[in-house]
Amino acid sequence: MTSHAIAGDRPRGQGASNLRSRRRAQAVAFALFWLAGLTALAALLAIAGYVTRSGIEHINGEFLFTRPRGGLGGEGGISTTIVATIYLILLTVGLATPLGVGAAVFLVEYAGNTAGRAGLLPRLVGVARFGVETLAGVPSIIFGLFGFALFVSAMHLGFSLLSAGLAGACLVLPVIIRASEEALLSVPRSYREASLALGATQWQTVWGVVVPAAAPGIITGIVLSVGRVVSETAVFYVTLGGSIRMPTSLMSSGRTMALHVYYLAMETRAFDKAMATGAILIAAIVLINVLINYLSRRVFAASGG
Amino acid sequence: MERLDSKVQMQGFGLHYGEFCALRDVSVDIPSNRITAVIGPSGCGKSTFLRAINRMNELIPGVRVQGDVLLDGESIYDRDVVELRRQVGMVFQKPNPFPKTVFSNVAYGPRAHGIRDRARLAEIVERSLRDAALWDEVKDCLGRSALALSGGQQQRLCIARALAVQPEVILMDEPASALDPIATLRIEDLIRTLKEKYTIVIVTHNMQQAARVSDFTAFFMTDETRAGYLVEYGPSRDIFTNPQDERTEDYITGRFG
Repeated sequence: MTSHAIAGDRPRGQGASNLRSRRRAQAVAFALFWLAGLTALAALLAIAGYVTRSGIEHINGEFLFTRPRGGLGGEGGISTTIVATIYLILLTVGLATPLGVGAAVFLVEYAGNTAGRAGLLPRLVGVARFGVETLAGVPSIIFGLFGFALFVSAMHLGFSLLSAGLAGACLVLPVIIRASEEALLSVPRSYREASLALGATQWQTVWGVVVPAAAPGIITGIVLSVGRVVSETAVFYVTLGGSIRMPTSLMSSGRTMALHVYYLAMETRAFDKAMATGAILIAAIVLINVLINYLSRRVFAASGG
Repeated sequence: MERLDSKVQMQGFGLHYGEFCALRDVSVDIPSNRITAVIGPSGCGKSTFLRAINRMNELIPGVRVQGDVLLDGESIYDRDVVELRRQVGMVFQKPNPFPKTVFSNVAYGPRAHGIRDRARLAEIVERSLRDAALWDEVKDCLGRSALALSGGQQQRLCIARALAVQPEVILMDEPASALDPIATLRIEDLIRTLKEKYTIVIVTHNMQQAARVSDFTAFFMTDETRAGYLVEYGPSRDIFTNPQDERTEDYITGRFG
């Protein structure tokens, strides 16, 4: 009855003209979205293309597999920086993942029911969550200074993979915690109920059902962390040192690829080599993303999702 | 009326969510190896009643209970809640298989209770799926994702998953409400065969379903403060043909609810 009355209020024909203007608005909006998408893509291609073109003469097997020789000419390749980068990724992610996932599990699964309640635990959880949010927004050089003061100096670890790995883990911890928290929160409550109703303990429920169901989101957080480590310079500048030698132990100093780009650009004449290294860095990031996406889809498919 | 062993006894049971009273003063004897249906209008505490028996209500913060619930004459609050939930299985309203394989879904409970031997697990999985009338449909795809099954198959898988830990009581919270009529009938047939081995309590919105499958029926209503309470409880034949309480009669003849 009501709907008839409303439709009756509108003069005949207005629906059609209204439709035309709505269509036009839609066409304009779509065009703008396309433009925005193409601009973003163009920017990406322009950067990658420019960097690659500037460094192309150096990109070859020899460049990849010889070590940098140092000096103002920026002689040599980048082999040791590739190795240092890989070591640092493994170290950072290896340290931050268990800690970050564990913290997220605590916040969501064990302390998650406390919202709005009084007492010490809810207040602690609130502080922890606020801390994670804040850490995520802290400039990376602050993590570097902290890492330098604590790991390099106070703990006498020196400029080393270990210092850099610890500082890097602090840097990516908020990324992993937040991604894992989101992923855990999106796991339906019905999975938890089904597991508990079968007489599984909360611990069994978390590790047998909830974390596996959240795995794709957690893996996304890890991918983001790998990206952060690969592209980070400030933190590692003050914790890893800048040695061009092949790292041989946790206590070795080293130089990541991104750091090498920085050194080449600022302290040598070999700007083209910086570009070449940058191009390889971009390629590596793309490769890592594709690889981990593929792996996570495989893991997800195997777990049945 | 025949003499029956009671499996679950509720004695003056009540439950509050914070200040809100959801259920007050419920006393029933649920007989062993029978199907007991719980009916009543929305919000009358049917699910709360059901979830009291395996203490699932306690997952919600701020829940308080009064009275007692006995399983085989012993208070459920005196035993470990994890062990209680092994003995009292549950099937939910919406099929909720884990995002794992068919096999892993059924084996989940036994594994959680410490069974590692592959041959034994395989045996339990087959027996549970047979008991849930699903074996013939899935025996060739045990390694496939449970989420690829149809809704009716998923619900029978959830029943198989509950059976795999060998419970004594099975609680079903509107197990067929998300299913089509044919899948519903299959679930009802299954429930009828299960009562040989298990005590079943089933919440349902569907009075025909309650009349079709149950031996006993409990009718709940809400009072003026929206607290649920038990109006009438007895053999389903009596409740549906000769209710003692006027409110029960009004409800089953469709005058409200």
